[in-house]
Amino acid sequence: MSKEKIQLSEALEDIMPSEYQEMVATATFGNEDRSWKDIGSSKELIEQHSLCAGCPESIAFRYILSSIPAPEDTVFVGSTGCTSLVFPMVGVQNIHSLFGNQNAVASGLKRALKVRFPDVNKDVIVLAGDGATVDIGLDMTMQSWFRQENFTTICFDNELYANTGGQESGLMQKGFVSKMAPMGKKFEKVRLPEIAFEAGCHYVACLTVSKPNRVEKAIRNAVYVAREFGPTYVQLYTPCILEIGKQSMEGLDEMKDAEAIGGRFVMKEFMTDEVKEFLKEKDAEQKARKKAAKAAVSA
Amino acid sequence: MNKKVEPKSNKILVSESVNLGEEGLKGQKVTDPNVMMFESEREPNFLTGSEVIKAAIKRANLDVMIAYPITPQSEAAALIGELFAEGYVREYFRGESEFAVMSQCAGAAFGGARVFTTTAGPGTLRAMENFPMWAGSRLPIQVCVTCRGINSPLSIQPDTLEMAYLLETGMLVWHAETAQDLYDWILGGFMVSEQPDVHLPLALCCDGFFVTHTKDTVMLQGEEMCLPRYDPYRSPVPCMDMECPPIRMMRDPFIMKSNYISYMTHASWQQEIHAAVERSRKHTLPIMNGSLIDTENVDREILIVASGTAVSQGREAIRLLEEEGIKVGLVKIKSIRPFPTEEVREATANAKTIFVPEFNIRGWLAREIKAILPNNERVIAGPHVAGGMTMPSEVIVEEIKKGLGIKSATMDRRG
Repeated sequence: MSKEKIQLSEALEDIMPSEYQEMVATATFGNEDRSWKDIGSSKELIEQHSLCAGCPESIAFRYILSSIPAPEDTVFVGSTGCTSLVFPMVGVQNIHSLFGNQNAVASGLKRALKVRFPDVNKDVIVLAGDGATVDIGLDMTMQSWFRQENFTTICFDNELYANTGGQESGLMQKGFVSKMAPMGKKFEKVRLPEIAFEAGCHYVACLTVSKPNRVEKAIRNAVYVAREFGPTYVQLYTPCILEIGKQSMEGLDEMKDAEAIGGRFVMKEFMTDEVKEFLKEKDAEQKARKKAAKAAVSA
Repeated sequence: MNKKVEPKSNKILVSESVNLGEEGLKGQKVTDPNVMMFESEREPNFLTGSEVIKAAIKRANLDVMIAYPITPQSEAAALIGELFAEGYVREYFRGESEFAVMSQCAGAAFGGARVFTTTAGPGTLRAMENFPMWAGSRLPIQVCVTCRGINSPLSIQPDTLEMAYLLETGMLVWHAETAQDLYDWILGGFMVSEQPDVHLPLALCCDGFFVTHTKDTVMLQGEEMCLPRYDPYRSPVPCMDMECPPIRMMRDPFIMKSNYISYMTHASWQQEIHAAVERSRKHTLPIMNGSLIDTENVDREILIVASGTAVSQGREAIRLLEEEGIKVGLVKIKSIRPFPTEEVREATANAKTIFVPEFNIRGWLAREIKAILPNNERVIAGPHVAGGMTMPSEVIVEEIKKGLGIKSATMDRRG
């Protein structure tokens, strides 16, 4: 795990775009303990984003991309929607093929990478919206969990179809009035985190992206557990401020309200006892690494 | 476009980074496909079409096969599972639907694997959204389509209507007549699909049941040989394995831009796909005996032009007609995409009447032929059988006699 594979060929150095030059110079490739705290001080894997001003998805992207433990060996699989508009500006490979087939593509991809690189951990991460994950793609989402595929599924839950203009989705809350639900949504928000655990996910987290520490922990847990145990699922509330009638600066408050006691997004985590033990060990390892690094600096 | 290509070397081009002679799976020897396909000794085997698919895949050095049951391809898909259990295929599993399977195939191909799958009829249509995506993403996946009926009321019987839906997906589309075609073209198909200047998916079609479930004598090479492994770094687009990380591609994806540049980008990408289909011709010639069509006696005034098992039935009809003194020639179309436009024009230049028998109700092949021939009133679309009906040679004989204004005895005898 190192920066080796992103090194520039000397012959091409002068014609490579500045984004790449910066990536080689100051990106956090190869540092397993990279963190959201590197944002602002080192090269990020995301350039500008093409989302609406103040969109919580944009900050979710930054937290996720700064938290994944091995970006140099990580391939994302996306789906049609707001998320797919951001990936052209991300310095990690991403596959966009169709709407809703992301977990099927990821299944094939992960297995091919295992065949081709039997001795390397190639992390596959699905990142898609709630329409793709829970409505059109639910079959493939759940089948990949039943099959115990070794990858992480992240759902950006904005409780509606944002990119097409705010239509009802399965993760929308009951009673919400939107396009295609002109008299309010008639049924409850689908309980996908619970379903995910029942369907075989070994680690499930549901939270907002108001607190970067929590997001980072959930993402790292999900990736580590997917490597060792099987499927994992992280559902992140990233409200569509545009479609719920909020201002650009109100996204954070909306998330804080939603995660307060009694809210729809009080943080929840499900995991097996085995996974709990495993994550404890991972935490201890990380602490030891940090302590050693600190000691090395002061010595 | 649609230009005939003369064979230059009649050789299959092989990646220089492939180590011929190295060990493949189960101790097989990676062999130059030219040696394997054209020079090595072959033994006759009496096999069903499904067993022939297994025999070809056994020698294909395959990375990934994803299976799903649907008649009449289920047996072939399961037999490849046996190969996986034996160690001749690196990864294999059952998907949850054809749409999912084709997406899983895409994922595996994006990850740099040689991928094979099989489907049929309603499965082909359920999977359909994936096929233009495969072509647009330049994934050299091979899908063997064992054609069957697609429309309600439900039919599981042979019918080639589904091929009409594949024609404008940007895939290569070949139509095997016999089990031997199927065998040779599965192996050769990987070699054509994976060429850097082609790098497109192949729909290798055959007529369900007639080819898959009947036994035929097929000449096979020894099992100790296999094709060179797929080299994903010959792909014209990046392999999604993070061995070469990307940089920011653009400010906004093109889909967000309503301007000429974005339209032009999409249009030129599509043009390139269809140009790549055209470029496959030169690579296909060695696989198909030097031409995308086969001809017999095309100096005759009456011709049958057909593809798939309609060719076999046409050949028998020609024998029956010959007994009555009616001389008919034959054109067998092997590749539907790219379409052998010039070849068919040349072969039919002297024909006064051209019959196109087909195993589907609409006659898509006749439409293709009418679209490229001068004086296309010469083309008589038919006979057509559908829904699983067989096409006895006598039916073709009747159609030809009717077309020529000769009274047909066999028609009179029917109730």
